Amino acid sequence: MEDNKKAILKIKNFSLELRKNILQMAYAAGASSSHFGGALSIVEIISTLFSHRMKINKDPNWDQRDRFILSKGHACLAYYAALCEVGYISKEELKTFEQDDSNLLGHPVINRKLGIDFSNGSLGMGLSLGIGVSISLKKKIQNNDVFVILGDGECNEGSVWEAAMAASNFKLDNLYAIIDKNNFQQTGSNKEIMNTDSLKDKWSSFGWDTVSLDGHNVSELYEYFNLSHNSKKPKAIIANTVKGKGFSFSENNNNWHHAVLTKSLYEQALKELI
Amino acid sequence: MIINERNIKTWSTIGPRATFGIAALELAKEIDNLMVLTCDVSTSAGLDRYRKTYPEKYLDLGIAEQNMIGVAAGLSSEGYNVITTTFAPFQTIRCCEQIKVNVGYMKQKICMVGIASGLALGNLGFTHCCIEDIGILRSIPGITIISPADSFETIKALEASVKSKHSTYIRLTGSSNNPIVYKEDYKFEIGKAIKILDGTDLTIFCAGAVVHNCLQAAEDLKEKGVSCSVVNMHTIKPIDKNAIDEACKNSKLLVSVEEHNVIGGLGSAISEHLVTIKKKPTLLTIGINDFYSKGGSYVFLKEKHGLSRNKIVSNIIENLK
Repeated sequence: MEDNKKAILKIKNFSLELRKNILQMAYAAGASSSHFGGALSIVEIISTLFSHRMKINKDPNWDQRDRFILSKGHACLAYYAALCEVGYISKEELKTFEQDDSNLLGHPVINRKLGIDFSNGSLGMGLSLGIGVSISLKKKIQNNDVFVILGDGECNEGSVWEAAMAASNFKLDNLYAIIDKNNFQQTGSNKEIMNTDSLKDKWSSFGWDTVSLDGHNVSELYEYFNLSHNSKKPKAIIANTVKGKGFSFSENNNNWHHAVLTKSLYEQALKELI
Repeated sequence: MIINERNIKTWSTIGPRATFGIAALELAKEIDNLMVLTCDVSTSAGLDRYRKTYPEKYLDLGIAEQNMIGVAAGLSSEGYNVITTTFAPFQTIRCCEQIKVNVGYMKQKICMVGIASGLALGNLGFTHCCIEDIGILRSIPGITIISPADSFETIKALEASVKSKHSTYIRLTGSSNNPIVYKEDYKFEIGKAIKILDGTDLTIFCAGAVVHNCLQAAEDLKEKGVSCSVVNMHTIKPIDKNAIDEACKNSKLLVSVEEHNVIGGLGSAISEHLVTIKKKPTLLTIGINDFYSKGGSYVFLKEKHGLSRNKIVSNIIENLK
């Protein structure tokens, strides 16, 4: 029990550090702006994975590591923030976000030294990569898991469903797809653009072991990822989240899909950090 | 692979697709980490025996080419040596952006094999023909493009591609009873064109199954007093610039012949280098002239698009005037 509390607190603290890093990068990006909202909605998910669930060590190329793919690559602020907290990216390098010649662009670019296994950004491609990795690990008889984070808007892409069908066909029980259901996409709500209400049913019907949980509730995330899942199916987690989570001005405000963090808002956000 | 007259004849009879399947079977014997991925085309790609012999080195993704490229990239990133294959339009255009991001941008090494490219499936219409693949893939950095002249060269191209560090697209043209260009063993090197015939008047650059038609045309032209060099440009990217430079020194006319749109293919690749040369002959580009015709048999379509022996001859004679 005590251990659980400790672990949950660790994830919460990790999330706090992630939000700090995100603010700094978004502010450093200046007028070029950044994908702020969709990064903030996955903070607790990515924290649970990187600070608790995933088997990783100091070496980003450790062969026995669990694998991570950010299919919704535009949420890379949260990814870089996590890679910084686990020691793969320095605080100094975070400041180069979206600068000329930086390793840290507005979508992840493969860089094994920094712990970025794949380039992503064009939506609907990450889950297929995850399948290739997941099959590879099974063939190599490696007991590692593969985690892919997708957006709910991203699930508009047909290629997501090609991959969803294949993963259950191949019984990839080491593959986790976490769908960040923040109910928004670039130019409006899912309901306005392309309705994704029945995502849970869709993933279930494609042969995945599917759960729905609160993607900001660290206890729920901890509990789910702590359970041993014995089913032979791949796992889909519909994580109900809030776009722009953490700051009063950005929560559920789709103007923050891609926006400029001004000095005054940056300072306000720092005060709101809890 | 045992290379002898009998095998070369067999490969020619069964055509480049079935030959590809045999070549993959051979490669699987020596390459432990080989993986062959298809999209429900194992029979068409001559892989039925492979599939039964090496089920652990085979993966069928169903009719989902975009997913196939992503899965291939995932396997490649974990150290597997991956071949993907399906019909050329679906191997290239259907999953073009996946190729751009995974193979080009991310540099995950894959050998992609487009079967029945060009006009071979003309009876099925232009959904199944492929006259755009070279142009499209040539614009993606980092992909080598090879168009083998016959079934035997298909084996050579596959082996070289699988053993290369770079990603490759192998474009298979021709059908069963594929004419033989190479009757005996020869040296094949990616990026190095092969002069099959040495002549003094003009140089014909060609790639794929039309190499045979070009050799036939050169025979006819010789009878008419025109001496042709015929160069097999099996590698279209990177193009062999030396071969073009040499041809410029010795030819009154350059000709490119390809089973592809004249925009974006071999002729375009040659002309991109040609414009950098000060003193050069004219280039006559023979291929599909940027339109979708009515369908029909392979022979019919080659004739219609000026790729038959006779049409190549008359076109060249016309341009020599």
